[in-house]
Amino acid sequence: MTVPLTLLGLLEREPSHGYDLKRDYDTFFGRGKPLPYGQVYSTLSRLARDGKVVVSDVEPGAGPDRKRYVITDRGATEVEHWLTEPVEPEPHLQTVLFAKVVLALMLDRPAEAYLDTQRAAHLHRMRELTEIKRSGGLVDVMLADHGLYHLEADLRWIEATGARLDALRKEVRR
Amino acid sequence: MTVTIEARDVTFAFGETPALRGASLAVAAGEIIAVMGPSGSGKSTLLHCLAGILVPDSGEVRCGDVRIDTLGEADRSALRRDRFGFVFQFGQLVPELTAAENVALPLLLGGIRRGPALRAARAWFERLGLAGLEHRRSGELSGGQAQRVALARGLVARPQVLFADEPTGALDSLTGEEVMGLLVDTAREQGTTVVLVTHEPRVAAYADREVVVRDGRINAPARVGS
Repeated sequence: MTVPLTLLGLLEREPSHGYDLKRDYDTFFGRGKPLPYGQVYSTLSRLARDGKVVVSDVEPGAGPDRKRYVITDRGATEVEHWLTEPVEPEPHLQTVLFAKVVLALMLDRPAEAYLDTQRAAHLHRMRELTEIKRSGGLVDVMLADHGLYHLEADLRWIEATGARLDALRKEVRR
Repeated sequence: MTVTIEARDVTFAFGETPALRGASLAVAAGEIIAVMGPSGSGKSTLLHCLAGILVPDSGEVRCGDVRIDTLGEADRSALRRDRFGFVFQFGQLVPELTAAENVALPLLLGGIRRGPALRAARAWFERLGLAGLEHRRSGELSGGQAQRVALARGLVARPQVLFADEPTGALDSLTGEEVMGLLVDTAREQGTTVVLVTHEPRVAAYADREVVVRDGRINAPARVGS
């Protein structure tokens, strides 16, 4: 989950209240899927419990918004570690598609038609992302590009697999 | 839907080698369609048949109410000049001409006088972010600039259909996306139908829909989400 680490990163920038953290998260990372307040505060209290943030000053009054959170050394180390370690390469769509294709061939079902349907679904999503790119700011462009390049990689796999179906059929139906 | 350009059961062979084996496709007026498929699938041959550059061995090709495949070479040539625009991957600008003269070329060939043709051509330079490059020759343009000039030339005569064959194939991906953005925007402004041949999904994603050519036939995917 990247929400706790993203919030920690935002706190490394400057100490902040939950409300401001949510606002910044939604602006840069939420992209149409705002973070619920409940999740903001539950995440912050877990981070506090684990010693990654502390509450600096509590303004008079009631409610979680009165608390100002500050990152600790432990929290900053965790952000540093997260940023410098590569993300686990996880080609999991291929795994699902791979299983579908092989099973389809084993069961003598139309694997090529499944790949065609998947290609159409991928291209449909790529059109949506392209539209988002063309009407949005640079942050939207970057996020949409990330999705587009991944979908493109899947499509390459779909094309290569489509070209090998006959050979693959022989191999899995022995 | 008003069909602008259509192929019905078109076959075409290069000698003994079949390239199209009964390809059918109808493109609506103002539609931007991506023709995809692996190398050698027949997608460029299909474009050439639709554009009246190649004559199919059998089947029909129509542009609106005109049947193209039965026309003689001179009539097909006139039809291409009057109704179609073209953008290709490589080497399409005439190196001896300035960028503005290159853009004006379809108008000059259509019988428009040099003054008005160049004025119309120059208007495209601002529109495509090429202001100040009117007098450059193709050797003095970057790949992206040259392709934008080629795009202007493809659209300057306000064609009914723009045929684009791998129009970003020689460009890096960001430059290619700029060109595609301009192509789509200007085609939509003019209501030009676009037949875009590409093997790149990210280029095809600029189109309204895609068809896939495989083994000389068209495989129209099930519609998704529409």
